[in-house]
Amino acid sequence: MNEVFKYILMIVILLFTLTSIAAWLIWLERRLLALWQDRYGPNRAGPFGLLIVAADTIKLFFKEDWIPPFAEKAIFVIAPAIVAAAVLLSFVVVPFAPGILVSDLNVGLLFFLAMSSLGVYSIVLGGWASNNKYSLLGALRGASQMISYEVFMGLSLMGVVMLSGSFRLTDIVMAQTDLWFVVTQPVGFVLFLTAGIAETHRLPFDIPEAESELVAGFHSEYSGMKFGMFFIGEYLGIILISAMVVTIFFGGWLGPVLPPLVWFVLKTFVFIVLFILLRASLPRPRYDQLMEYGWKFILPVALLNLLVTGAFALM
Amino acid sequence: MFNSMDIDAGLDDEVLALFGEASVKRQATIDGITTFWVKKEHIVTVLEHLKSQVANPYSMLYDLSAVDERNRANKAGLNGSVPPDFTIVYHLLSFGRNAFIRLKVALHGEYPTMPSICTLWKNADWYEREVFDMFGIRFEGHPHLRRILMPLTWKGHPLRKEHPARATEMGPFRLWDEKQHEEQEALQFNPEDWGLKRHSADSDFMFLNLGPQHPGTHGVLRIILQLDGEDIVDAVPDIGFHHRGAEKMGERQSWHTYIPYTDRIDYLGGVMNNLAYLLAVEKLAGIQVPPRVEVIRVMLCELFRIASHLVWYGTFAQDLGQLSPVFYMFTDREKIFDIIEAVCGARMHPNWFRIGGVAQDLPIGWDKLVADFVAYFPKRLREYDQMVMRNSIFRARTVGIGVYTLEEAIEWGVTGPGLRACGFEWDFRKKQPYSGYQNFDFDIPTEQNGDCFDRAKIRVEEMRQSLRIIDQCVRNMPEGPYKSDHPLTTPPIKKNTMQDIETLITHFLNVSWGPVIPSGEAMSCIEATKGANSYYLTSDGSTSAYRVRIRTPSFPHMQMLPYISKGYTVADLLSILGSIDYVLADIDR
Repeated sequence: MNEVFKYILMIVILLFTLTSIAAWLIWLERRLLALWQDRYGPNRAGPFGLLIVAADTIKLFFKEDWIPPFAEKAIFVIAPAIVAAAVLLSFVVVPFAPGILVSDLNVGLLFFLAMSSLGVYSIVLGGWASNNKYSLLGALRGASQMISYEVFMGLSLMGVVMLSGSFRLTDIVMAQTDLWFVVTQPVGFVLFLTAGIAETHRLPFDIPEAESELVAGFHSEYSGMKFGMFFIGEYLGIILISAMVVTIFFGGWLGPVLPPLVWFVLKTFVFIVLFILLRASLPRPRYDQLMEYGWKFILPVALLNLLVTGAFALM
Repeated sequence: MFNSMDIDAGLDDEVLALFGEASVKRQATIDGITTFWVKKEHIVTVLEHLKSQVANPYSMLYDLSAVDERNRANKAGLNGSVPPDFTIVYHLLSFGRNAFIRLKVALHGEYPTMPSICTLWKNADWYEREVFDMFGIRFEGHPHLRRILMPLTWKGHPLRKEHPARATEMGPFRLWDEKQHEEQEALQFNPEDWGLKRHSADSDFMFLNLGPQHPGTHGVLRIILQLDGEDIVDAVPDIGFHHRGAEKMGERQSWHTYIPYTDRIDYLGGVMNNLAYLLAVEKLAGIQVPPRVEVIRVMLCELFRIASHLVWYGTFAQDLGQLSPVFYMFTDREKIFDIIEAVCGARMHPNWFRIGGVAQDLPIGWDKLVADFVAYFPKRLREYDQMVMRNSIFRARTVGIGVYTLEEAIEWGVTGPGLRACGFEWDFRKKQPYSGYQNFDFDIPTEQNGDCFDRAKIRVEEMRQSLRIIDQCVRNMPEGPYKSDHPLTTPPIKKNTMQDIETLITHFLNVSWGPVIPSGEAMSCIEATKGANSYYLTSDGSTSAYRVRIRTPSFPHMQMLPYISKGYTVADLLSILGSIDYVLADIDR
């Protein structure tokens, strides 16, 4: 009974913390972008404009929740929920600190890969169900982008699995007590980060959304809280990928002096900022260029990395 | 002033000998452009001859317009014993001769017809449609003659003299149910109306309506895309949403009060539009402006060229997904506007040049403002090079996209950076210097490939050259008056106004009614921010123009879009649109 209660408490705390952090990230991103773009950003509501998040949330809740009459209603409604659910489910296996995690699955890494890949369904389904040509193009691009990065996303992590000998994320963290995997697996790190950005559909890989080309891409027709779900899903995705990068390549919670959880949060924060910095600086490639890049360049590199790692592991 | 009288004299004889005095007649014009009246039945042959038979051919159809001559008070100078009801005017440009030629065709009757020259020049298509839309003159043999600027449901042809020029002359606007129904019917999309097929042998096409409200079109432009997947099979630009009747307004404004309207043609070019208009007015009036005026004009124009290119630079990067550059570039543009504001009192539309001068002398301390900017800007340009031009994704999106050759560019009437990107060193500031550009030391950048990246590179380099010109302006600003001492200078110099009654009367008339510009016709041509911009003015010897024809660079550039975007993807279309650097007001006027 006590055990069950502990899990439920953990899940509730996690849900609450993650969604609020994701919401505050919107503020953080807008302020950081503004800082880098020589302007102010939101600075009126509350200290440093922090309350803009509250205002935004209230606005989203009270907006008319419009479903276009020409849309495929059921799928249109389900689509945004998929992305939020898939990303939140991935957090089940993230070890924030010793003892602070929901479930220490022995196939944690695979579970993460499986769950995070489901996110693309919301793009394809949402874009298709909107019955709008721009959304459809966005959905098509989303699908083509998915088959470009998914191929090397899993492969880029297999080197780490070989070295640590486990799919369990806590094992992977503990295997980095002496040396972070970013040192032994630099190629894997770069590839995984690239795939991670593509998975969150952030610039430079915001191809399904491509504001200047497709207006808002797959979510053109969404408004109110359904749009909010896509929005939150995107920021949850950033947190997830940053947390996974930290867990797999940067020693997770490991670090001197400070408590483990603080280390984890600090490291994750660095990658979140990196995500935002990328958005401030890079243009967007064409989707066929991304596909070409993924299949013709990154995939061979990922395989080579695996081969070399395997050779070392055998020796 | 350019002059090529000796070559022209040879041409004169050649054309006359070929077609005989009866069908070709020479007219003297004040702007020195060779002008012939040609009989309607010979025009196609004459044009064909000039395009391909003569030495140093007139390879570019620079402009095609018409004049409604029915209200002319001053019919002398119009061809023949029976004055024409309408005149079609062709302007051709020969690069070899560095000269324009103007051919006019007299037409008679209420709704006359003309042979189409679409087979001769590709860019004649839109020009002929415009003449049809504005005058109701039909072009026989035109493949798709329908309205281009006005709504399809419009009644009448606006540039005809009987068409009202003011809303107040048209009666109050009512939208009855039937009318609304009719308007909405006209908006129904039918691919066939646009000359598009629904299917090919192996696929059904998707039609994507890009605009008129779209973040990537930079204004109210609509492009109908015929797509196979994401590949563009055909693209049809639908223009006219920004049409404000600028040419018609010229016929009811005085010569002086029309100046602010010109600001709003290429609304990023600011006073540069004033210059194009005033050069033509000053040719008609025979005004020579003092050297200080020339240099002030050049300096402000070049500042606006940089401002316009900065907007293009930022938005181009943004079209390709780069979010930050546009903010830096608008910040720099704001610094230019600070200078413009200090000099002119306004930012985007200063309305600052006057007939025979500028509105006021430069303010005290202007030189420090400008010199500071000249010192500050090069470092920023280097930074932008790092950020945008050298970015590998930016290159991947622009190199080899939207390519056209020099021949194609000339065929479609491309001028400005788009022409120079094809390896052709042609800049009206150098070739036909106006406003004293011959006194400045600057280079014309050229590139070889004619793709989006090269067009971008040219503009970036042009900003550096403009900066050089501005620097020379600051160093060598001549002393002297800021208005010429000429009776038609508007507003006139005031120093003798209170001394004698004659000057007082002239002053009063020039200020209240506006100046009376002597009858005649003149065309100016300047290297504007986006290409060659011309005002072809016809004066009937009154206080306002009889006809104002504005030849803008963006119009032919947009016409070329389908040709250069076929086979690319939707994402590339945005690169191409960005690299053309158009302004909707410059297309629609």
